[in-house]
Amino acid sequence: MGRKTKRVLGRVGFYLLLALIIFYTVFPFYWAVISSLETGSALFQVDFWPTDPAWDNYLAVFREQPFGRNILNSIIVAVSTVLLSLGLAVLAAYALGRIRFRGRTALLFVVLGVSMFPQIAVLSGMFELIRWLGLYNNLLALTLSYMIFTLPFTVWVLTTFMRELPKELEEAAIVDGARPFTIVTRVFMPLMGPALVTTGLLAFIAAWNEFLFALTFTLSSEMRTVPVAIALISGASAYELPWGNIMAASVTVTVPLIVLVLVFQRRIVSGLTAGAVKG
Amino acid sequence: MSTLAVASKEEVSRQTPERASRLTRQRVRSAWLFMAPMLVVLALVAGWPLFRTMWFGFTDASLSDMSAAEFVGLLNYQYLLQDPDWWTAVWNTVVFATVSVTLETVLGLVIALSLDAHFRGRGLLRAAVLIPWAIPTVVSAQMWAWMLNDVFGVINHVFLAIGLIDRPVAWIASPDTALIAVILVDVWKTTPFVALLLLAGLQMLPQECYESARVDGVHPIKVFFKVTLPLLKPALMVAIIFRMLDALRIFDLIYVMTGNNRETMSMSVYARQQLVDFQDVGYGSAASTLLFLIIALFTAVYLTLGRVGRED
Repeated sequence: MGRKTKRVLGRVGFYLLLALIIFYTVFPFYWAVISSLETGSALFQVDFWPTDPAWDNYLAVFREQPFGRNILNSIIVAVSTVLLSLGLAVLAAYALGRIRFRGRTALLFVVLGVSMFPQIAVLSGMFELIRWLGLYNNLLALTLSYMIFTLPFTVWVLTTFMRELPKELEEAAIVDGARPFTIVTRVFMPLMGPALVTTGLLAFIAAWNEFLFALTFTLSSEMRTVPVAIALISGASAYELPWGNIMAASVTVTVPLIVLVLVFQRRIVSGLTAGAVKG
Repeated sequence: MSTLAVASKEEVSRQTPERASRLTRQRVRSAWLFMAPMLVVLALVAGWPLFRTMWFGFTDASLSDMSAAEFVGLLNYQYLLQDPDWWTAVWNTVVFATVSVTLETVLGLVIALSLDAHFRGRGLLRAAVLIPWAIPTVVSAQMWAWMLNDVFGVINHVFLAIGLIDRPVAWIASPDTALIAVILVDVWKTTPFVALLLLAGLQMLPQECYESARVDGVHPIKVFFKVTLPLLKPALMVAIIFRMLDALRIFDLIYVMTGNNRETMSMSVYARQQLVDFQDVGYGSAASTLLFLIIALFTAVYLTLGRVGRED
């Protein structure tokens, strides 16, 4: 076999591999979209292209259950989780990233250790705490409990980011007699925009997708978040799941997420790898 | 875990000693002040609940009235270690974690190497790879449950059409294939994460090694095993530990796809069933604590072995 044929074959093979990867990653979602647009018996036939697309499933999801309310719940919980964890983490990251003090490395290890906790390991203690605070079946219970996974992560990423900023920035402010809080808000915050967006997005996605706490700490269907609502959609009987509705609900909450991720893909990739590789 | 050692540079400037030390004291004080809210919240949502869960593990607490708990010593653990269902859950979790993380690492490496190559349409590939990552786990579980449906599922349809199977398979309902189905969905969902971590690792590798290998005419496959893989080891180690920690505590995917089914139940699903469905907080907490200890032990062993390997 000539050199040239070999190279062409290699190239063809490579593009086949790429096509395979793209098919593998995209097809399941494509299939969910197709299924969500089919109603009645069309849903139960296998068509790779929607024959008669209709929005019935989408209307049914919002009509048959408080799905609009569930989406609102998820937004409230995710946004409040992001704001609270970013607020706490920026202050902590300044201390951990820019000030030398005894026990700093140990503290960073503790924070990292918390991010490795399996959620189930705190479930009963958290349940007791939430009941004691009177927050059972309340969205605040979720915001509070989600701190266990968003806070370590945001502290960790923002600390690495803070460390990499030049020290001259701060020196000038110290010489001018600025107090540490002013330094954080006036000197660092304006520079932290990109890092805050990245970590905020990742925290948002984590909170949006959380399932175990949301399932355990809410009771009524009005208080459920989206993942719990989608997991618990049921039909007339346990054996007759309304697949059309499930797919419509899935697509409804996933499309905005996919758009968000694709728009911010560079940021997200750098945030994910900063959280892990630098850890 | 290497950059943890990165010490920040001396921050105190060239001022008079007294002023500098007063400044240092002030800064250390504000450091603790700034960390206080974060530490309080972490203690409240992580430290305290973990402590309480461990305590409940030694009691007969029930969900309806947790305050009436009485100390029962190691009784819960004694029952736990005798329960064949617990051991099934341990076995399922271990199988799930090792098989899915192995597959994710191999597939992730293939995808990372493809993304690292220069070709037109690389952005498209990266966007496509991010899609499974962006989809909530519960949604992935439902999407795949639908595709794997025994009667109407597209997978049975296609497999029947190309003759891979001769009658529909109940992928999720049948005990032989349920765990495989769950593993496949996890692989689909989390391979992108592994691929992105490994891609970041690949992009940090020194280019000179590749240049000289190319000049010497070393075969690409040999280059991969002799140069890329050893250099990529730190990134691989990080990706594997992150994924293992996640896989060992798996709950949502298994719960949504197969419920409290014994054949696929993981340790987390087992513990939650005891805790919430059977209201047995004491027993469920004992199971949760055991899972916590298993994960802590695994992490310690992994990190120690990793460090030993690095010194060689």
